[in-house]
Amino acid sequence: MMKRILPHPALSAMLLVVWLLMANGITAGGVVLGALFGVLLPKFTEPFWPDRPRIRFGRALLIYLVTVLFDIVVANFHVAGLILFRRNDGLRSRWLVIPIALTTPEAITVLAGTISLTPGTVSADVSADGRFLLVHALDVPDPAAEIARIKARYEAPLLRIFR
Amino acid sequence: MSALLDIAVAALLLLGAAFVLIGSWGLVRLPTTMERLHGPTKATTLGLGALLLASVLFFQSRGIWSAHELLISLFLFITAPISANMIAKVHLHRRRTGAKVEPDGIAGEPPRPSEDGDWATFEAPQQDTQASTANS
Repeated sequence: MMKRILPHPALSAMLLVVWLLMANGITAGGVVLGALFGVLLPKFTEPFWPDRPRIRFGRALLIYLVTVLFDIVVANFHVAGLILFRRNDGLRSRWLVIPIALTTPEAITVLAGTISLTPGTVSADVSADGRFLLVHALDVPDPAAEIARIKARYEAPLLRIFR
Repeated sequence: MSALLDIAVAALLLLGAAFVLIGSWGLVRLPTTMERLHGPTKATTLGLGALLLASVLFFQSRGIWSAHELLISLFLFITAPISANMIAKVHLHRRRTGAKVEPDGIAGEPPRPSEDGDWATFEAPQQDTQASTANS
């Protein structure tokens, strides 16, 4: 019964929160309208996500978000330093081909987005068989170590979050 | 208290503006497309983050509860990787078709994922791989 009314509770909750943020305040009307969207939109978009992965909302997800935010801040200073003080011929730009163990499109998208958001690396593409990510790194002395770092820091937690 | 908040707001504004400026400078001075992509997509995330935080603090100090900034950063975090990804894919295609008008970047030619495979932008997703949406 619950599953029929709220097929995607996380999406419903997010729609409500985003609606309240958009209204910039918590009013009775806003909550009612947000809740209405939260119920109706997942219902109507249900055919678009046939076999979505289950996401574990828990400590692992929270720790992951904090790690990524922290890395964004730290790496921003790093890239700013590179832009300001490194000569072009001293840059060690490289393409990295990262083998991925994640299997669902959603998880791979999150990993690619994380790689793009943490400065110094942009994800360019995924391979047609879904087993490799093409990443461009701005300054990497040791490609193997960088790939291992990305796999340990971002992919391992994502493997636990998406199952 | 108010003076302290004002100082924090001013510091955040300066930090944010500095990062946005550095990001734009990166766009100008880095050698080729792929390197240039790093400037505006990255240094700018923190720059805008700091500016938005300054905005929250500013309105907070005047007793107005404002959360639009959170929403802006949420949308920014969702869209920034996608635009970077699109530019990178266009770059890959321009290389492959020979339409590129600039020399190779420092990283050189992008490698292939495996002997017989290719990147998804050149080839339709293969059937029977778990990540493929072509399965169902």
